[in-house]
Amino acid sequence: MTTATGDTLRSSQQEEQHKSVSVRAVQWRIFRQNRLAILGLVVLGLFFLVLAFGDFIAPYRPAMLTPNPLAPPHRLHFRDADGVFHWRPFYYAYDKVRDMKTFKTTYVEDTTKKMPLRLFIRGDSYRMWGLFETDLHLFGVNSDHRVHIIGSDELGRDLFSRLVWATRISLTIGLLGVVISLVLGALLGVISGYYGGVVDVIMQRLIELLMSFPQIPLWMAFAAIIPVRTDPLLVYFLITIILSFINWTGLARQIRGMTLSLKERDYALAAQAMGASDLRIMVRHILPNTIGHMIVISTLAVPGMILAETALSFLGLGIREPMLSWGTLLKQAQSLHMMAQAPWVLIPALAVVASVLAFNFVGDGLRDSLDPYER
Amino acid sequence: MFGFLLSRAGFAVITILLASVLNFLLISLPPGDYIARLEAQQSRQSGVVTKLENVRVRYGLDKPIIVQYWKWITGFVQGDLGLSMKYDTEVRDLVGGRLVLSLILSTATLLFTWAVAIPIGVYVAVRKYGLADNILTIVGFIGLALPNFLLALLLVYISLFWFDAKSVGGLFSREFRDAAWSFARVWDLMQHLWIPVIVIGTAGTAGLIRIMRTNLLETFGEMYILTARAKGLRERTVVWKHAVRVAINPLISILGMSLPFIIGGEIIVSIVLNLPTLGPLFYEALLLQDMYLAGGILMILTLLLVIGNFLADLLLVWSDPRIKFS
Repeated sequence: MTTATGDTLRSSQQEEQHKSVSVRAVQWRIFRQNRLAILGLVVLGLFFLVLAFGDFIAPYRPAMLTPNPLAPPHRLHFRDADGVFHWRPFYYAYDKVRDMKTFKTTYVEDTTKKMPLRLFIRGDSYRMWGLFETDLHLFGVNSDHRVHIIGSDELGRDLFSRLVWATRISLTIGLLGVVISLVLGALLGVISGYYGGVVDVIMQRLIELLMSFPQIPLWMAFAAIIPVRTDPLLVYFLITIILSFINWTGLARQIRGMTLSLKERDYALAAQAMGASDLRIMVRHILPNTIGHMIVISTLAVPGMILAETALSFLGLGIREPMLSWGTLLKQAQSLHMMAQAPWVLIPALAVVASVLAFNFVGDGLRDSLDPYER
Repeated sequence: MFGFLLSRAGFAVITILLASVLNFLLISLPPGDYIARLEAQQSRQSGVVTKLENVRVRYGLDKPIIVQYWKWITGFVQGDLGLSMKYDTEVRDLVGGRLVLSLILSTATLLFTWAVAIPIGVYVAVRKYGLADNILTIVGFIGLALPNFLLALLLVYISLFWFDAKSVGGLFSREFRDAAWSFARVWDLMQHLWIPVIVIGTAGTAGLIRIMRTNLLETFGEMYILTARAKGLRERTVVWKHAVRVAINPLISILGMSLPFIIGGEIIVSIVLNLPTLGPLFYEALLLQDMYLAGGILMILTLLLVIGNFLADLLLVWSDPRIKFS
């Protein structure tokens, strides 16, 4: 990195019209050229908006029951039944029709009951970030009926509101888990690589041991021994810890590898010669040089966490009601009967796929720009 | 070479020992004494007291935990996996048949992954940035992003609606479910195996194709490839005999690393599809906290993994002469 800036400086002195470019700018330029990475960044941005403004985006409370179980997604109309065009799009309220032979309820749009779509509408009140009370929501309808833009679940709860809440849990588990693995991995990796010798051997064997366990069954076993009556919030943290407990090993290995080469560099040796303590060399001279690499591997580690959490919750071993995650939502889709009758319960899967792809794309883009020698 | 293998074998043994300790901790961790629950469960029946006493002696439950561990691990080595609380039978009898099917499923998945990934990897490397390369990149990404339990559900759904529903769910047709092994039964198994194999193998295949492609592209830049071409060898010979032969080595060394994913995938997919393998049994045991059963299965899985890793090392020695002579 330093030579790159040096070269740029020299060339700018030779040719006056060349502007000097900072390392950041070069990295951003490389990143920007990767279209998939930009797409991923946009998608992640949307996810983070949901994370921050969930209560505002969700039209209803996730546990609120409506009298319409398994209602299909409402369709947005511009043209009403008489063929008249409306500038403000609207939904039709559902009429329940019961087939007297099979006793199956089906929903039919009632063209007499129009529900215009409104933005910034008053609804249920909530505390924004625990700071102030408000009842403003991004969108909704002024009606006794509720609008389900991606349908409702078995108990008539609005699937979109539930998806918003689940997104918050699933994403934060992924991010928090990676942060924990990162701290553990960086700490143990640097120590192992820096001191070498017996410490290193023990650490490497421990990592190999953890890696040679079948991860998913081990996760399942750990998750299953969390007592049934545990507070859901505590379950959330325990699941995060369980997931990162096995995940830090890969990271520790890579940081160790980098430390091995970094500690032989001139500046590290110089610091040592000047009498800097081991701690100072590790924190000030070695760790900062691994940051680019760490950002890349942790971005690429998030999808694994998300998928693992989803799988655990799907099996009923992870996040528990009343907390929601993508896995608990998908749990509903477990039966073929459900998939045939109400395919929209599978929509949360799209969120899983989108987030995993986005993290992968951004991670690849970051690798090319932050870490060009590691390809 | 023997030094290498010996150290790997030694490491495998240590891994198994440490894994057994962790496993035993998992077994004894759930709150509530095993006996207490057995008592609660069976207090209505008569003649319970002597049976309970037997169990207590068998596991040394009135002794310190180290003694308990020793009893469990020595029993395990001799094939005594303990007693399932739910089924009230020996864990060994419950696990046996399912273990065989799990092994078949995992091996089939592994073979599928390699058989599909290598030719495709070679193809896309030879035709870099071609149509197939781009399509496979997209498919590969989706394969990595779709949780395999979901893929299982979707495939079952699709096959129910578009195909004959015969091959969905389970590993055998009804008439073969409890039959003895015969040629017809094996054939029946083959017909049912493809859905779980595809589901478990997709993510791994996608990953392997990428790795094979990168390795091969790197190898194409080597001087000996240039030499081979300069000698006037046919392109097919250059690719398959000179490039692939070398590019495949790193794949073998990550073979061991891919095993945990196959075993984990096998467990989850088996639960979703309710296959008669170890997966559903393990899951049920966990939910009911039938810990000797769960711990036994986890230990078996770990053993499989360690053995698989060792075999992968052997394969590596065989395929890469550089290790043999160092």
